[in-house]
Amino acid sequence: MNLTLKVWRQSGPQDKGKIVDYAVKDINSHMSFLEMLDVLNEELIAKGEEPIAFDHDCREGICGSCSMMIDGIPHGPDRGTTACQLHMRRFKDGDVVYVEPWQAKAFPVIKDLVVDRSAFDRIIQSGGFVSINTGNAQDANALPVNKDSAEAAFDAAACIGCGACVAACPNASAMLFVAAKVSHLGKLPQGQPERAKRVQSMVSTMDTEGFGSCTNTFECEAACPKEISVTNIAQMNRDYMQSSLGD
Amino acid sequence: MNLDAKIPSGPIAEKWDKHRFNLKVVNPANKRKYKVLVVGSGLAGASAAASLAELGYDVDCFCFQDSPRRAHSIAAQGGINAAKNYQNDGDSIYRLFYDTVKGGDYRAREANVYRLAQVSNNIIDQCVAQGVPFARDYGGLLANRSFGGAQVSRTFYARGQTGQQLLLGAYSALSRQIGAGKVKMHARTEMLDLVLVDGHARGIVTRNLVSGKIQSWAGDAVILATGGYGNVFYLSTNAKGCNVTAAYRAYKRGAGFANPCFTQIHPTCIPVSGDYQSKLTLMSESLRNDGRVWVPAEGGDKRAAGDISEAERDYYLERRYPSFGNLVPRDVASRAAKKACDEGRGVGETGLGVYLDFADAINRLGEDQVRARYGNLFHMYEKITGENPYQVPMRIYPAVHYTMGGLWVDYNLMSNVPGLHVLGEANFSDHGANRLGASALMQGLADGYFVIPYTIGDYLATSSGDKVSTEQQEFKDAEAQANQQVDKFLSIGGKRSPDSFHKELGKIMWEYCGMARNEAGLKTALEKIPALREEFWENLSVPGSGADFNTTLEKAGRVADFLEFGEMMCNDALLRTESCGGHFREEYQSEEGEALRDDENFCHGAIWEYSGAGNAPTRHREELEFEYVKLTQRSYK
Repeated sequence: MNLTLKVWRQSGPQDKGKIVDYAVKDINSHMSFLEMLDVLNEELIAKGEEPIAFDHDCREGICGSCSMMIDGIPHGPDRGTTACQLHMRRFKDGDVVYVEPWQAKAFPVIKDLVVDRSAFDRIIQSGGFVSINTGNAQDANALPVNKDSAEAAFDAAACIGCGACVAACPNASAMLFVAAKVSHLGKLPQGQPERAKRVQSMVSTMDTEGFGSCTNTFECEAACPKEISVTNIAQMNRDYMQSSLGD
Repeated sequence: MNLDAKIPSGPIAEKWDKHRFNLKVVNPANKRKYKVLVVGSGLAGASAAASLAELGYDVDCFCFQDSPRRAHSIAAQGGINAAKNYQNDGDSIYRLFYDTVKGGDYRAREANVYRLAQVSNNIIDQCVAQGVPFARDYGGLLANRSFGGAQVSRTFYARGQTGQQLLLGAYSALSRQIGAGKVKMHARTEMLDLVLVDGHARGIVTRNLVSGKIQSWAGDAVILATGGYGNVFYLSTNAKGCNVTAAYRAYKRGAGFANPCFTQIHPTCIPVSGDYQSKLTLMSESLRNDGRVWVPAEGGDKRAAGDISEAERDYYLERRYPSFGNLVPRDVASRAAKKACDEGRGVGETGLGVYLDFADAINRLGEDQVRARYGNLFHMYEKITGENPYQVPMRIYPAVHYTMGGLWVDYNLMSNVPGLHVLGEANFSDHGANRLGASALMQGLADGYFVIPYTIGDYLATSSGDKVSTEQQEFKDAEAQANQQVDKFLSIGGKRSPDSFHKELGKIMWEYCGMARNEAGLKTALEKIPALREEFWENLSVPGSGADFNTTLEKAGRVADFLEFGEMMCNDALLRTESCGGHFREEYQSEEGEALRDDENFCHGAIWEYSGAGNAPTRHREELEFEYVKLTQRSYK
């Protein structure tokens, strides 16, 4: 199939950036979306032009590196799918496809489709952990965990930190990302001692990093490639409220 | 080259305890005076950086990804082994040790493997305490499953995302230390060189992948946890960024590289679909717990799987290996798949595939139960192939997955270059010639959480304690070299991209140094690789500049190293005239087509020493002694 790509090109953080059109030809429907971009990039390099920069690594939907808006939707049109797992069989000959970076104040553009998501790391650094030094643990089976709680904790822990939730949100809020971590640890006995402190500290960092507020539009859940539920946000709000009152 | 493995004396079960007592320790108040540079933030790197910072060391950690959470450990699916014996099925530290030595086809060091089995239990405890959501049964206790090469259930898992959950555990521990100011994290920063001062590893040179800045870092010790070199094949289950550069540059600075030809070909990956293919995707070995592998009994049978009756199918693993069946080790399963395809019985458009069929499991357990066990893997398979594995069997084919070879290390995980420590897949120590499933996660975390925190103290306590500065000539020289290489890449002005060279190299490696190797093929590869390398340096195209974010430039550096490294791999494979584990030389096989070891001549690790540009490297040996596990022909029948 042949497609027209309209790709955001921005040479660096200071550049204004613009959409550039590219014609891509003879695309095989078994290719992934990123493999289609590889084909285009090889052509650009052969012409001595700079290829389109985009983040990617594992290409199996788990590392969370890939991050692009495809026709205005984070990771493209398939539900529960990262851009690297989106395949060209989803498109048809003659399609015009817009490819743009995440757009959020807290995720400044580095180049083309590459953005700086280190704000997410700083949120985790402020409390997204259990404070246990290596060597301090008791036997793993000493503390049974109800199977349902363990499963629910896993569902929240499946977050890959890609930032699609922020990119999808009209307010560029990071609530789903933060809530996923707060819920994951909040549902396990190991997470209880720091539960109140954790939610306070992570929410506070989220605010100072420049993410917006949540207005319950739930675009985040629709865009999440791991289908993390917005019920985690409700849980986090509850924890936040409770820990605020407790102070 | 000094290759003293420093294995402690005494009975194997007491070596580690005794050694820990004999190791020198650094007084708590003095630890903060030592700077440790950790390169890599996967399971081994993140766990080491976090644990050392907890102890009080001053740690700098580097990764090329945009966040330490993205290291490729994250993609490990199936699980992590430990000798907990929670299933009461006869497991023990000794059995895990025995299985690992045997699984590695007797090419690993016994003492290291025993220690690995010992600390395996601590790893599970540590991870659970961090909040890793392992699978549990209805009583709330941890669940286990079986993996290849073992007859007990000792694999702990978190659905099909065990690596992700373990890495996020290590990442959270690392993040806690970063937040506390005890680790300085440098993401999007790639190591380009190792710096030696007075023969000791005292620093590294890096390139900031955003600004292009080349910079030196000085420290008291260096830890490489930079993963394996599977991407020398271009197509592998590794992430796109995985590379050999850090390890190869250390080799060029004098570190011995051990057993580079020991590469693991994983039997269950999604087959290649076309030339544009950029990577291969693993389907976890855990699927072989319930999936049955088969091909049509007759060659050239192009009917759909559902139209082939039971009597016309060959469940070749169950037929050839009745006691292990579909759960034979990876090397055995991969070769059996290749054999079936070579006989013309392969399935799918390319004929390079075999079926992994869940129909029996779905009949026995119901679709829901199968979904609960493998749902995410089935989902991933459908995404990639467009086929529904609940209805038609999966098609799988072997692919490069893991590299057992790596930088040589002693019992303390220190290379022959004093101060240079190597952890995880980047070292060679524990898996011999073949790694068992669910043992990579175990080794990465064992090295980082429970070995290096003890052994690095001994090195630091016994080293000179002199401080070095990045103003010293050794650093300036290494920086100048790194800058020259960047300038060179940008100035060639040829026609071909780094990826096009990488693909061509990969095809050579897969054809001649892949699942089966022979003398003629390896010699062919040894002619083709230098020719390709020559073209690379004359006809490479790297657009853009060195002073900003330039992914083509990053790739050029990695491919340049693979083009040299591939040659060393082929040489290693050529000179090891035996078959063992993942290294299968067609000339050396039993009548039944199994790998035939030559213990008399090759019961050793082969360690390569760099002898300068243009000179053939020197091959050294570390003789392996087996006191506890008797050397026998591996049998899984």
